[in-house]
Amino acid sequence: MMSPSGPQLPLLRISALTKRFGGFIALDNVSVDIRPGERFGLIGPNGSGKTTLINCISGAFRTEAGTVVFGGEDITPLPPHIRTRRGIARSFQIPRPFKSMTVAENLMVALDFASVAGDFIPAAQRRDTVMSILTQTGLASKADLSTLGLSQVELRKMELARAMATHPKLLISDEAMAGLSSSEVDEVLDLLIKLGGQGITIIMIEHIMQAVMRFSERVMCLDAGRIIAIGTPDEVMANQRVQEAYLGT
Amino acid sequence: MNRNGILFWIGAILFLVAALMMTQVIGNQYPFFACYVILQFIVLAVAWSILGGYAGYVNFGTSAFFGVGVYTAVFLFKAFGAPLAVQIAAAAAVGAFLGFALGLLTLRMQGIFFSIATIALTIIIETSVTNWRFVGGAAGIQMQRPPVMAPFNSYVQMLFFVQALLVVLAVAIARYIQGSWIGRGLQALKDDELAAECTGVPTLRLKVLACVISGALMCAAGAPAAMYLQYADPSSAFNLNYSVSVLAMSLIGGTSHWAGPVVGAIVLGMTQQLLTVTISSEVNVLVLGVMLVLFVVVAPEGIIGLIRRAGRNRRGREA
Repeated sequence: MMSPSGPQLPLLRISALTKRFGGFIALDNVSVDIRPGERFGLIGPNGSGKTTLINCISGAFRTEAGTVVFGGEDITPLPPHIRTRRGIARSFQIPRPFKSMTVAENLMVALDFASVAGDFIPAAQRRDTVMSILTQTGLASKADLSTLGLSQVELRKMELARAMATHPKLLISDEAMAGLSSSEVDEVLDLLIKLGGQGITIIMIEHIMQAVMRFSERVMCLDAGRIIAIGTPDEVMANQRVQEAYLGT
Repeated sequence: MNRNGILFWIGAILFLVAALMMTQVIGNQYPFFACYVILQFIVLAVAWSILGGYAGYVNFGTSAFFGVGVYTAVFLFKAFGAPLAVQIAAAAAVGAFLGFALGLLTLRMQGIFFSIATIALTIIIETSVTNWRFVGGAAGIQMQRPPVMAPFNSYVQMLFFVQALLVVLAVAIARYIQGSWIGRGLQALKDDELAAECTGVPTLRLKVLACVISGALMCAAGAPAAMYLQYADPSSAFNLNYSVSVLAMSLIGGTSHWAGPVVGAIVLGMTQQLLTVTISSEVNVLVLGVMLVLFVVVAPEGIIGLIRRAGRNRRGREA
């Protein structure tokens, strides 16, 4: 198995993936390879299939056809929690915190279940791990607060922190910046770039173009469930079909 | 074991010693009749809240599990003359199996749909038992108690002590679950099932596990009931009252802590016993309804929630 971009094995290989909802084709024969350590941007108009694609990668949706291979293993039949343990973590477009828990407890769930040795790690060490992730994401002061008291940007960061606590190889961020102010967008973007620097492969779905341009090494644009462009950010932005899809001209 | 654990087990042993002492000292049979019912409700409420409280799957089928427990005991006693311990163990096994089947339902059904399915389950099982001649059918069946074993003076006293043992077992299991990874996983899936699954929580396996444990305990609690009444019939063994009372007890006590259903069962169970003696058993249902509405409005987190809030307020004032 050689990826088109070089001799290195892809971390994630999606082959001929198709997802239908009744008669509606949400993803149509999508194939893409993602390299280890890559910062990958995923764009496309609303309803183009971006979130559906990551639901198929994380296992929330079953696919009609095609395969998802992660780290050389076919994970297509695996349920989401096993995929998480294999190293795929995600955040949600609309934050989904565990509401009855504190911020630290949210991350504890990840420590408990995402790693095999979860319950055997001593309590103090678990707390240290949680606190170091929270410090990295700028939430250390909120550790013992209920998630109900968090602002929108803090919730987004909490989702990323919880995903990080599963020790992922691949982190999928689903519009973590939607609805944030420009300074908040920079905060979250810096955080994602920092995580990318630690060797974690990141797929970022985003509508905010400056963020996509700054973040991504490679960008893929979906429209109506099909890949219409893939390449460097500049190439994709210059693409005629991408401009048509966005501007409708 | 930590300090809390030691205190818990000391308390449990003291409770059992007190129960045993009661059987040796008190000659009147009535207290045992009354307390047996309360203990039985503690087991049912604690078992219910393992699924309904920790996992958030509201089960209206308590009476199905209770009735299956009763009839497992009836069948084993009539067919083989099985002793009480075997009746209870077998009922727990059948309850675990039934719980497993219920757990698989959660794969497809959530929220209110799951609850409705549990009511349907009750009706299906009750109808089957009603048409089962061997265990008496709709007319019910009389049970002849075997001779009582030492050190007990009467069979009801023995059943009372056995139910006390089941209380300790149920509470110990609920307490363990609450403090372990199982409890944290159930709490996560109660809050958000998809987010839990994507954080590595094996949601289906945990739900099935909660159903199995809850079902086994409910059936075990029902098994001695046939011998307690010396009689069993489908419409009382599968009475919807069990489902409603147990749900009310758990909610009124509070489901976030194992002590909630215990407190709820004691408070409501005692009230019910008192009303049955002083007014009538029909008033029970009315009082139950009023208390439930009151708590849902005033203290949605139950008595445990009230106590916690009071504790927080006091700490807040001191700080």
